[in-house]
Amino acid sequence: MTRKQRRMTIIGGSLAVLALAAALVLNALRDSIVFFSTPTMVAEKHIAPGKRFRLGGLVQPGSLQRGDNLAVTFEVADGSAKLPVAYKGILPDLFREGQGVVAEGALDASGVFKADTVLAKHDETYMPKDVADALKKQGHWKDDYGAKGNATPAATTAQGNPQGAVR
Amino acid sequence: MIAESGHYALVLALALALIQSFVPLIGAWLRDPALMNVARSTALAQMLFVGASFVALVALHVTSDFSVANVYENSHSMKPLIYKITGVWGNHEGSMLLWVSILALFGGLVAAFGNNLPLSLRAHVLAVQAWVASAFYLFILITSNPFLRIANPPIEGRDLNPVLQDIGLAVHPPMLYLGYVGFSISFSFAIAALIEGRIDAAWARWVRPWTLVAWIFLTLGIAMGSYWAYYELGWGGWWFWDPVENASLMPWLAGTALLHSALVMEKRNALKVWTILLSILTFSLSLLGTFLVRSGVLTSVHAFASDPTRGVFILLILCVFIGGSLSLYAARVSSLKQGGLFAPISREGALVLNNLFLTTACATVLVGTLYPLGLEVLTGEKISVGAPFFNLTFGPLFVPLLIAVPFGPMLAWKRGDLLGAAQRLLAAGIVALLALALVWAWAHGGSALAPPAIALAVFVILGSVTDLVERVGLFRAPFGTAMRRARGLPRSVWGTAFAHAGLGIALIGIVCETTWNSEYIGTMKPDDVAHVAGYELKLDGLFQRQGPNFREMIARFEVGRDGESLSVMTPSKRSFTTRGSSTTEAALLTRGASQLYISLGDVTNEGAIAVRIYHKPLVLLIWWGPVLMAFGGLLSLSDRRLRVGAPKPARAQPRLQPAE
Repeated sequence: MTRKQRRMTIIGGSLAVLALAAALVLNALRDSIVFFSTPTMVAEKHIAPGKRFRLGGLVQPGSLQRGDNLAVTFEVADGSAKLPVAYKGILPDLFREGQGVVAEGALDASGVFKADTVLAKHDETYMPKDVADALKKQGHWKDDYGAKGNATPAATTAQGNPQGAVR
Repeated sequence: MIAESGHYALVLALALALIQSFVPLIGAWLRDPALMNVARSTALAQMLFVGASFVALVALHVTSDFSVANVYENSHSMKPLIYKITGVWGNHEGSMLLWVSILALFGGLVAAFGNNLPLSLRAHVLAVQAWVASAFYLFILITSNPFLRIANPPIEGRDLNPVLQDIGLAVHPPMLYLGYVGFSISFSFAIAALIEGRIDAAWARWVRPWTLVAWIFLTLGIAMGSYWAYYELGWGGWWFWDPVENASLMPWLAGTALLHSALVMEKRNALKVWTILLSILTFSLSLLGTFLVRSGVLTSVHAFASDPTRGVFILLILCVFIGGSLSLYAARVSSLKQGGLFAPISREGALVLNNLFLTTACATVLVGTLYPLGLEVLTGEKISVGAPFFNLTFGPLFVPLLIAVPFGPMLAWKRGDLLGAAQRLLAAGIVALLALALVWAWAHGGSALAPPAIALAVFVILGSVTDLVERVGLFRAPFGTAMRRARGLPRSVWGTAFAHAGLGIALIGIVCETTWNSEYIGTMKPDDVAHVAGYELKLDGLFQRQGPNFREMIARFEVGRDGESLSVMTPSKRSFTTRGSSTTEAALLTRGASQLYISLGDVTNEGAIAVRIYHKPLVLLIWWGPVLMAFGGLLSLSDRRLRVGAPKPARAQPRLQPAE
């Protein structure tokens, strides 16, 4: 093999692998990404039942009901719309009524959001970023959401959540 | 007083770093050894002052000085001493201080043990190191000063986030940072080589041990973090493809590629241009990781509500360093001479293949991590890219890599014999196929991909063993001779075998855990029995206990199998009064490499408690694998040819001087 042939082999091989990777990425992006919605956006967009998405908002106070065998239902609200959510399993430590939550799942035929994952991965002074942004955009953001319980004497930094400080 | 001294020490460190950024460069330009040697003293002094600053912050936390905002926000007088110390880096400001401390430590080590480097190379390396350091000192002093005082000091602190009150915090971040920041050395060497326009095999020999050290720490740091998330978060998951996890995985992938390409450069003087680029990319990915974590631009479990000036500042650092170094690369790369030739089928070829797949896999992770951000900026649409994406992209790219792993070490440099290597790997391949058949026959349910994946892992492990067996001539030569040869093998050969086998072992753990994991989720009352994977878990009762800064509800489980009592497990839920938050402390019972895992949910009105019980087969292999890889790295590091820091007598100098 001449030098040129060797180089072409390597370049050809690299291009083949890159093409493969690009194909994989495009394929995966088509099938496996999940969009984020708030109850208002769900009402406006008419998301089809069965289509997976992430639902974010505040847990409506008083809506949490525990059924048999770890089944729970609650409502997620964003100020102008509400959506009932059904979940079966253990809710995260940080799940509270009136607090921000993100759930992943799909709507069923009767318009109930069947969640298979519920995330409340923030501490109580902080709200999931998606939820905060969505609430701000819709004008339902109250400044005390972020400041609740955060009576810091010095006006210093906002607070870190679980592992933000670590990794 | 302590806070002000710490602050002052940090400012002095910045001043020293600024001197170190320019004086040695002028010295190298004027060929003035005295000016070039300034780098050495300033690097050592910088290490001292940052060290002092860090110790000051530790002292403030230990003495619970709540007049300092950072201590107030993250500490509590009742907190155990160990968490007072680890709490120093359990917050943004403190962890940035740890970051620069480790950077200064590495700079100091190069200064202290770099006596065998050519004077101008050392001056350049330390100057580049100081650029990075200056940028981060400025970042800390301007946007994240940990020494800020509060005008009216409160009596009690707000306590450290409960999730962080764990021994994991003592180990995981320092390890991870030693890895992240350790790659700054190879970056500095790469930039120095570009400035000097000279690079050779000796350069690779200097860079490799530093890269190896960083890689070992990063490997352990990632594994440790994964295990911590596994037992602390209470979901039994060990990897979430979370942006911040990806941020540590990307430098690891690039760093692994760098280790292998530096090998080619050291042995064969080839792939120079690529190795330099990889050094730059690896550290750039470390910086990107710092940016992603510190700026809070991405939604993640680690999301960070910090003020935007920080994000902008780090973004600026990121642009300057990545943009600058890549421009320098583009401008100077043509001055680097091309090195040795090799056939596509050869050890070099195998290492190129390794690099190709590792960097491509790294690129897919990068796309998956940044795509949501890009889409949100461009269209305002919010999406999340989760595990399915990475399983569909990262997974397929790792399969050919793993198949190639056992072949690499068996091929000769320059021109290899693929058929010969395949023949020697025949036994490993046959056993792997047998494993496939066995797993297929035994396994009930689960993914059809699991048996082939296990076969692949077996192939990788046996391939590394085969390599050792072939080298010492076991079964062919008398046993005594083989043992003597085994002792005589270079440590790096053993290192390679251990690291590669570790990869296979981790893969077995991953496949078994994800495929044959069994779980029980339900509510239990005292004296209820749950059956999981042949174990009987009887809930004895619930107890309350008072901890130093929390109250704890403990559930006592008696674990038995076939009517025989094995052990007692006590998962608990802790509620921390200061923050009003609670954590779930999972209980783990290790049986061989498998684990039983119990975490608690809420107590219902009728006095029953929600529990989650998992049986995770062979789950520990997931972390034993990386430990084995790190051990392999350590063996390789202790190889005679690159003993780090061994004092070199003066006459050794000519040997290491680059051939000009």
